Amino acid sequence: MDKRAAFRSWWLPSLFALPQIILILLFFYWPAVAVLRWAFTLEPPFGGAAEFVGLANFQEVFADPLYWNSVGVSLAFALCGTVATIFIGLVLALAVDRQLPGSGPFRFLYILPYAIAGPAAGMAFRFILSPERGLMASVNAVFPEFWNPAKYGSHALILVIVVFAWKWAGYTFIFLLAGLQSVPRSLIEAAAMDGSGPVRRAVDIQIPMLAPTLFFLLVIMMTEGFVGADTYGIVDRTTEGGPNHGTDVMVYRIVEEAFRGLNYSGASAQSLVLIGLIMIFTFIQFRYIERQVHYK
Amino acid sequence: MIQRTPFANALTYGVMIFGFLLLIGPFIVIVSGASQTIQQVNAIPFSFLPQDRLLENMGVAWARANLGTAMLNSFVMASLVTAGKVALSALTAFAIVFFRTPLKGFFFWMVFITLMLPLEVRVVPTYAVAADLFQPVRLLISAVTGFEVSVDWNLLNSYAGLTLPLIATATGTFLYRQFYLTLPDELAEAARMDGSGAIRFFIDMLLPLSRTNMLALTTIMFVYGWNQYLWPLLMVTDPQYKTTMMSLAALLPAEDGTPDWNVTLAGSLIIMLPPLIVVAVLQRWFVRGLVATEK
Amino acid sequence: MADIEIRAVRKSYGKNPILHGIDLAFASGEFVVILGPSGCGKSTLLRMIAGLEEITGGEIAINRRVVNRLEPRERGCAMVFQNYALYPHMTVAGNIGYALKVAGVPKAERLRRIEETAKIVGLFDYLDRKPAALSGGQRQRVAMARAIIREPSVFLFDEPLSNLDAKLRVTMRAEIRKLHQRLSATSVFVTHDQVEAMTLADKLVVMNKGVVEQVGQPLDIYHRPASIFVASFIGAPAMNLFDADIDLDGACLAFAGAKLLIDRALAAQLGAGTVTVGIRPEQCIVAPDAKGGVAMKVDFVEELGSGRVIHLELNGHPFAACVDEQTRVRPGDWISLVMPLAQLHVFDQKTGRRIEVDLDPRAVRGPAGQPALVTV
Repeated sequence: MDKRAAFRSWWLPSLFALPQIILILLFFYWPAVAVLRWAFTLEPPFGGAAEFVGLANFQEVFADPLYWNSVGVSLAFALCGTVATIFIGLVLALAVDRQLPGSGPFRFLYILPYAIAGPAAGMAFRFILSPERGLMASVNAVFPEFWNPAKYGSHALILVIVVFAWKWAGYTFIFLLAGLQSVPRSLIEAAAMDGSGPVRRAVDIQIPMLAPTLFFLLVIMMTEGFVGADTYGIVDRTTEGGPNHGTDVMVYRIVEEAFRGLNYSGASAQSLVLIGLIMIFTFIQFRYIERQVHYK
Repeated sequence: MIQRTPFANALTYGVMIFGFLLLIGPFIVIVSGASQTIQQVNAIPFSFLPQDRLLENMGVAWARANLGTAMLNSFVMASLVTAGKVALSALTAFAIVFFRTPLKGFFFWMVFITLMLPLEVRVVPTYAVAADLFQPVRLLISAVTGFEVSVDWNLLNSYAGLTLPLIATATGTFLYRQFYLTLPDELAEAARMDGSGAIRFFIDMLLPLSRTNMLALTTIMFVYGWNQYLWPLLMVTDPQYKTTMMSLAALLPAEDGTPDWNVTLAGSLIIMLPPLIVVAVLQRWFVRGLVATEK
Repeated sequence: MADIEIRAVRKSYGKNPILHGIDLAFASGEFVVILGPSGCGKSTLLRMIAGLEEITGGEIAINRRVVNRLEPRERGCAMVFQNYALYPHMTVAGNIGYALKVAGVPKAERLRRIEETAKIVGLFDYLDRKPAALSGGQRQRVAMARAIIREPSVFLFDEPLSNLDAKLRVTMRAEIRKLHQRLSATSVFVTHDQVEAMTLADKLVVMNKGVVEQVGQPLDIYHRPASIFVASFIGAPAMNLFDADIDLDGACLAFAGAKLLIDRALAAQLGAGTVTVGIRPEQCIVAPDAKGGVAMKVDFVEELGSGRVIHLELNGHPFAACVDEQTRVRPGDWISLVMPLAQLHVFDQKTGRRIEVDLDPRAVRGPAGQPALVTV
């Protein structure tokens, strides 16, 4: 899309864009190239000449069962987290969209968890869903060992997914509510005239009309689950990847490998795989946006 | 619509209350826990009743995790990220939207691609750049001239290091671009007829007109900046530059120490408050910014 | 005060030509209206004069100075936009005075001139309002004031009245005309509304598909349209246009199963072939009986209050005629339509251009009397 009355100058826009471009070159493109370089070379972490090793780094990564463990964990985390957030967001949005008296405050409140940083939320949930105190202790008193994220990897994974879902449900709620409000009122009224009640209308009219928003959120939340800024923080502050690598998501592993294991090449190879994954997500999203444009 | 649907209404209220318990319940646990004594907070079953020790626990947490410095640093970091982001986005979007230049497409794509790779996946090399800022320059010089220059400048333990790499993304630019595109073409034309040049137009027209836009971006960027976790963790080793997110670790009770979770919860409550207040008070703009940046 | 010369001006977007060589000259102080359907390039031409569009070829001179490479602000033009383009965050005073502010006029002087201008357009009491708090007509006035205050040598209007309701449009039209008389700056006014064009113009330029069809005084253009396009575009209801065969032997124009006798010499002069013939509905005469006219069936009648338009049909060809209130006809009636030869326009069917010929028998032979009309 172009503005008709553009100003004519080449140096002025360059000057305006320059600060941003410099920052991006320095902190985005240069590192992006470095990832590529490191993934195919082996270099002593600090100093020493890099040596081209072809796909050796990848072979090493793929041979490591812990890597495949992290892929599985990430997949479970992103998938369950996405489904949970979207489901909660959708149900709440449908309820609030009915605009019954008193629903205003709920609409305001549901967004609040999104303000909280993942790691801060994670630490609070460490208490809230602790096996020894907080809410689950009473359950454990009746059924010993029913819930112990410190001991069982699967419980720990559920814990981090709960934190993720808690934080992001408000986010999906915002988008789904906005989507519901853009469904023409006349459509719902027509369905009401046809004799369908609120629940029927939600299933038959509103949710199908939300399909584009739902798809958009699916892609966004999957991306967020795999590489989101919060995913690392949640895992680090809630379970620290444990117990026994039970919550060792891909980003967590990359950072651990690089900064604790000082294995830049291995970390870069893993980053590259993740980047490929995001590219696929972005591509899907693009196709979707393109399609949406055609709809209009 | 006049409709009597008692069952659906009851269900709706039920869902809304359930959502309240699910999403706001944890806040209640945090606040009650933070206001209890160490015995009360460890009691089974947990009591949801807030007690009177909130300020006291907060005080202990404040001292233990040195939250004064951390809060200040987080505030500075979030403000710098916000200001930098807003300023650079407004300028870059202006360059992309209002000028006719062959470079326009180049700028656009250059910025656009940054949407694809979040900091988390390129964190290792980004750290390397921040740790040795002149590496690219040095390589360039040695490639062109053959000389090895030794200049060292790293951004570790500095506000610049905490903020600059976070500013180098496209979200805000696209929010502004979106807004600029909604302005009628005639606005710029009328200004040109009135004798205004590009810079004048930016200052006299775009800045005042984009006030709400700016507010929306400010709210989401402040929350984004405040909640940064991984990046400060890598950039900062000097306690003087610690941010709140890094103090979380100091708040956690030791594995076999006193389980004073009341202090932990009080501390995390302090850390959660600033972004919570921003979102609560400026929710209208926050939501607007959120929805707009994702388009 | 400035004259404008447009010499062989072309415009294209990429490979897509919009204007194909425009040559025009506007005298100083003239009120010029450029009229044409949407997409004919009239706005583009105006914007090129303003300096908002680049000129692909040819040159534009204002006051004998070629302005092709000059910025809008250096051309001494002021422009009123179709959607007013008011600055939404500034008050009326701020809007009107913005150009002066940019030019660095001191504040006191600026205020004086803002008030002066506001009085001219009747906005003095609204100076502190924001555009959003104004009615459509008031916004239009702000847009005009913004142009007036600069005392430009050229006023440019880009369909400024098209966003107003019908009644306001008439008022504003009169105001613009009065304003021009008062300021007498050269004005170029672009519109697709022929009533606006006829009422405002000293000089009317009719454009179509990127070329100038005709330039002249409004009445000249009305009476002697230079092409089929102009003939059909100007005048409401639109001119009756039909193809007619020139019958040299019968000395007549044959159309739609009817014949119109013309002078034999004239027919020879036109030569055998088909021409497009036009006559304005207001110049057709509906005769009470079939004498001297072509019998046609009434299709439907449009009431205008001051008169009515009768829509007729002849062997599948539509015709229209304007009649006064006294003429009462109903759908299905048969009437006789008289087309005075003197009022006929003849156009070359291929080029669409006007053929200068007067079919009035008196013009050729003098005392010939009524033209002979034969219905087949």
